Amino acid sequence: MELNSKVPPGPLTAKWDQHKFDIKLVNPANKRKYDIIVVGSGLAGASAAATLSELGYRIKCFCFQDSPRRAHSIAAQGGINAAKNYQNDGDSVFRLFYDTLKGGDFRSRESNSYRLAQLSVNIIDQCVAQGVPFAREYGGTLANRSFGGAQVSRTFYARGQTGQQLLLGAYQALEKQIAKGLVTMYPRTEMLDLVMIDGRARGIVVRNLITGKIESHAADAVVLATGGYSNVFYLSTNARGSNATAIWRAYKRGAAFANPCFTQIHPTCIPVSGDYQSKLTLMSESLRNDGRVWVPKAKGDKRAPNDIPHAERDYYLERKYPAFGNLGPRDITSRAAKEVCDEGRGVGESGRGVYLDFADAIKRLGDSTITERYGNLFEMYERITDENPYKVPMRIYPAPHYTMGGLWVDYNLMTTIPGLYALGEANFSDHGANRLGASALMQGLADGYFVIPYTIGDYLARGGFNAVNTDMPEFKSTEREIAEKTSKLLAIDGKRTVDSIHRELGHIMWDYCGMSRNDAGLHKALDMIPKLREEFWTDVNVPGSAVELNQALEKAGRVSDFLELAQLMVRDAINRTESCGAHFREESQTPDGEALRDDEHFAYVAAWEYAGADAAPILNKEPLEFESIHLSTRNYK
Amino acid sequence: MMNLKLHVWRQPSAKDTGRLETYEARDVSPDMSFLEMLDVVNEDLIVTGKRPIAFDHDCREGICGSCGMMINGVAHGPQRGTATCQLHMRTFKDGDEIVIEPWRAQAFPIIKDLVVDRSAFDRIIQRGGYISVNTGGAPDGNDILVGKDRADHAMDAAACIGCGACVAACPNASSSLFTGAKITHLGKLPQGQPERDRRVVAMVEQMDEEGFGNCSWFGECQEACPKEISIDVIKQMNHDYVAAAARGSD
Ligand SMILES: Cc1cc2nc3c(=O)[nH]c(=O)nc-3n(C[C@H](O)[C@H](O)[C@H](O)COP(=O)(O)OP(=O)(O)OC[C@H]3O[C@@H](n4cnc5c(N)ncnc54)[C@H](O)[C@@H]3O)c2cc1C
Ligand code: FES
Repeated sequence: MELNSKVPPGPLTAKWDQHKFDIKLVNPANKRKYDIIVVGSGLAGASAAATLSELGYRIKCFCFQDSPRRAHSIAAQGGINAAKNYQNDGDSVFRLFYDTLKGGDFRSRESNSYRLAQLSVNIIDQCVAQGVPFAREYGGTLANRSFGGAQVSRTFYARGQTGQQLLLGAYQALEKQIAKGLVTMYPRTEMLDLVMIDGRARGIVVRNLITGKIESHAADAVVLATGGYSNVFYLSTNARGSNATAIWRAYKRGAAFANPCFTQIHPTCIPVSGDYQSKLTLMSESLRNDGRVWVPKAKGDKRAPNDIPHAERDYYLERKYPAFGNLGPRDITSRAAKEVCDEGRGVGESGRGVYLDFADAIKRLGDSTITERYGNLFEMYERITDENPYKVPMRIYPAPHYTMGGLWVDYNLMTTIPGLYALGEANFSDHGANRLGASALMQGLADGYFVIPYTIGDYLARGGFNAVNTDMPEFKSTEREIAEKTSKLLAIDGKRTVDSIHRELGHIMWDYCGMSRNDAGLHKALDMIPKLREEFWTDVNVPGSAVELNQALEKAGRVSDFLELAQLMVRDAINRTESCGAHFREESQTPDGEALRDDEHFAYVAAWEYAGADAAPILNKEPLEFESIHLSTRNYK
Repeated sequence: MMNLKLHVWRQPSAKDTGRLETYEARDVSPDMSFLEMLDVVNEDLIVTGKRPIAFDHDCREGICGSCGMMINGVAHGPQRGTATCQLHMRTFKDGDEIVIEPWRAQAFPIIKDLVVDRSAFDRIIQRGGYISVNTGGAPDGNDILVGKDRADHAMDAAACIGCGACVAACPNASSSLFTGAKITHLGKLPQGQPERDRRVVAMVEQMDEEGFGNCSWFGECQEACPKEISIDVIKQMNHDYVAAAARGSD
């Protein structure tokens, strides 16, 4: 396939403005004639659906939860970046751009990352106008905090509930449009396939999760904003329902899947406590502003943390990375935790944990300041672990959190399928091989509020659409395929639950395609995954019927897709023999154990193309070229 | 490890009648969350050829508002300020019997087992739970100054997760805490002023249309709220409503 990134010509700083001028517009009266489907109501989907409908397009929006307000974005805690430079501490659009590119280990598309930094400032303005209750200084101006991977303070926040407040802002904008009859909302509805007609995306097939009815919807363009796929690891910080189904079906219909192995492991999560565990809870990265990370210097030191004298503690982040200290980027901080635990210096019952200690900050600032900053996080921690972090240091460990990989998109956010767009975490986006904290919310809203409303018009204005309707054979045959797959799942009647297979897949991925990867382990995974898939299709037990609310059936469909996606992730990790960002290949490291990039061979986006159920996928490469910056070794020391 | 006896509301669909069924939950760890305990029960039900218990959940960290059940007659169970997904089994002891039921309110019809239809909340928001600004053209964020106290108050109210516990706990099944929270959030901010009157009138009207009851100050709602939102928001709503009526909202 041909990968045309459609990056506009001209200097980096002028590309977006020039592009907005060059692209075709749909005149206001004509917008009413176009139907657009938006799948997903998280930050990316809700902002896109609301804004596109404000422009006059006819919108249908879908989500699997009972209300659009419950999308996984709601759980984001720490904040959203923007290059406002309100703190006068040297921030700028260029610095945010540079931090993003460097944080991503130079594996993102320069023009996209730059546009993201540019739009960041508009996002804050928009959200303030909507009434998002951002934290404020006494004088009434907006407050900021710092986040990992940056030396300026540019993160805007609403206590520890930034995602909630931003999503409610977008949700309310969406409800305003629903009330006007300009958006039709389909909650508790899951997209199960994409329908193509004449080589274009022209609709979707969905299952009504209450009645089980399979239905089709036709449109002129389809926008996927369905989030990330960290749940391939079973245990992750994502909501339980987060899944890859929509983007995976799109891949199987011809959309290239980019950098599937770029998955972010977040350094500060509550460690696993037992087999029954259903998810891992994130402790916001903002805690690293005041918490100090340490482990005992001696192996197997089982003393209680407060009994270990200062001199016998290893504040390993401050020791190894004095310039960034506890605020290093996520990939590096996570690997450092793994390393000290591998050395036998981990804490907690399992030995897979490190301390995040607030004692010094409490001494310096007092309990009340700490409560003000992190009160709800401390409470959440205590509820889960039954330990009081004001008195005993928190125990944390890395956990799967975010996926930089996703559907390949061009500068307009269109996938390789004409008329199919991907926004937010679902696309491979602007974060390269590692995303900086507080940049996902920024990207989701940039895509939805400010990019897609312009770029989709360009596609629609070019015309050439034939009339379609859901009685056409393309829709009917897709509906049939879905019904067949569903009956097949229900008929297996085996001995294993969907969750038990999903958990096993998670173990394989965590062990061999997790925080560090090597050729032998990846090949082992490549051998194990198809066997597990086989077991799923012969021995899974999905109770109930297709024509009712059936949560086991919903899970089974999602896990069947994870079982396929996992294999592509492993293939991608095998192919990329360099280390970069969150993708750490043990074979490629510097003498002091840092990731060693190989720009000569791997400065490209790996865009995988589906070639059929039994064929190996085809690797396409989008070369990455950098005009405005120098490729450098990432150094946080 | 604990062994518990659960009495769970089972109702195959909205059309069927439901009843309590009894299940044993064995070897429950005190570190499990309440929903993880139900997961384990469901795994058992599936492998023994029975239908698992349907319940809504997603984030499992107390923020999405999906989960919610009556646990021994108390919305979200015995721990204050805690959603069901954050409730841990260490609050129970070996041998306990636990009755688990769905939210019960006319405006929240049961869909299946513990799953109810809360779309009435979305329709209340549709009547004015927003600030009417379209995307684009917003002034610089710092052009609108908001004092810290005011912003904090707005945030206290905005913390609502829309779970419906307030309705389930209220003897009148009133949704005043939910609606009052949104009215207070937006009403505290300068951005929310232009639409303040019409917002409160329309949202209150929608509550009635949905069949929620009236508030008669039992205060059960704030006890049940996992975000501990205060009934002050209802006072604020009533105050705004009276003021709007006096001014004659359009
Ligand atoms: C615990 C946690 C904390 C975080 N904190 C931060 C932070 O502080 N700052 C930051 O920048 N980022 C943070 N992130 C990352 C960020 O929250 C996400 O990357 C971002 O919110 C994703 O938004 P989205 O709109 O792309 O997708 P989501 O919010 O995941 O929304 C996906 C939507 O798609 C729908 N959907 C999915 N599949 C289907 C289907 N098949 N059919 C129909 N609908 C479907 C869902 O119903 C949902 O509406 C955090 C993430 C987690 C897990
Ligand atoms: S599952 Fe999200 S609040 Fe409980």
